[in-house]
Amino acid sequence: MSTRVYDCLKAIGEKIIENKDFLTELDREIGDADHGVNMARGFQSVIEKVSQDDPDIGAALKKTGMTLLSTVGGASGPLYGTAYMEAAKVFADKQTVTAEDFKAALEAAIAGIQKRGKAEKGEKTMLDSLLPALDAYSEKIAAGGSIVDGLDAACAAAREGIEFTKTIAATKGRASYLGDRSIGHQDPGATSATMTLEVIRDFLKG
Amino acid sequence: MVGVVIVSHSWKIADGIKDLTDQVAAQVPNIIACGGMEDKEIGTDAIRIEEAIVKANQGDGVVVLADLGSGVMSAETAKDLLEDENIDIRIADAPLVEGAIAAAVAAACGLDIDKVQAAAEQARTVNKIN
Repeated sequence: MSTRVYDCLKAIGEKIIENKDFLTELDREIGDADHGVNMARGFQSVIEKVSQDDPDIGAALKKTGMTLLSTVGGASGPLYGTAYMEAAKVFADKQTVTAEDFKAALEAAIAGIQKRGKAEKGEKTMLDSLLPALDAYSEKIAAGGSIVDGLDAACAAAREGIEFTKTIAATKGRASYLGDRSIGHQDPGATSATMTLEVIRDFLKG
Repeated sequence: MVGVVIVSHSWKIADGIKDLTDQVAAQVPNIIACGGMEDKEIGTDAIRIEEAIVKANQGDGVVVLADLGSGVMSAETAKDLLEDENIDIRIADAPLVEGAIAAAVAAACGLDIDKVQAAAEQARTVNKIN
């Protein structure tokens, strides 16, 4: 079973690694220029450690989270690490993903990020993509949409979220030192979070 | 005796602070430096911090001091990973160098975890220049 989740995690990793320089460049403008490098290092380890033999989706996601905690190095380590570990709890012992499971996992991941980062919407963080994505996803599946329909809506909302981060000043993380000078730049975390959702959507479509 | 874990993004900073605490609390075995990543790159690693807390704990709890941003986030993650372990873990809201030295002295004096944490946090309000 876990071949599918393994392939999906690998695809997320490859996307992040492919965009290492782009994400780092975004972070150079408003932060400490390490987001792409750190995330790529983390996902390189994830690709090496997550195995097709992991017994269920929860186990694969938990291993992903633990690996990110110990290899990313910057704030995205505990943030993404916690997100994957919280999502893992929803998929404990599960071999398949339903539209409802995915919603619960996204909710759990976001709650983990909020607990860890103590951020709200509108602070120029990954939450500015993820919170609208969750709303759009939930609305779509409540109306009877499939997981892919939900993810299509979520990805569109997450992209809008990235645009929104260009219009606001950062109040969390290293970018907050810049204050209003961070306006005009898109948030690297919102960008990598959106990429993650897009890879999952494309994977499920493919 | 209360344990102290010194977390920094930099291996050298954490080790350097440990050198300073050794001067004032050399007899305390459970003050542990936890800087950087396993490969000595800059960063923080919640799993290594978790291991350091376990090692520092002698049953009287552990006060953790951390540097910038994700240092605190990784320390909090480590604390969450240990929530079932029955270890009293306190993340001190304190400057790293001064707080670590104050905590080390308090721990070496055999004070309890409330007082060790308070000693670290009081370092925040000490004037350096009168």
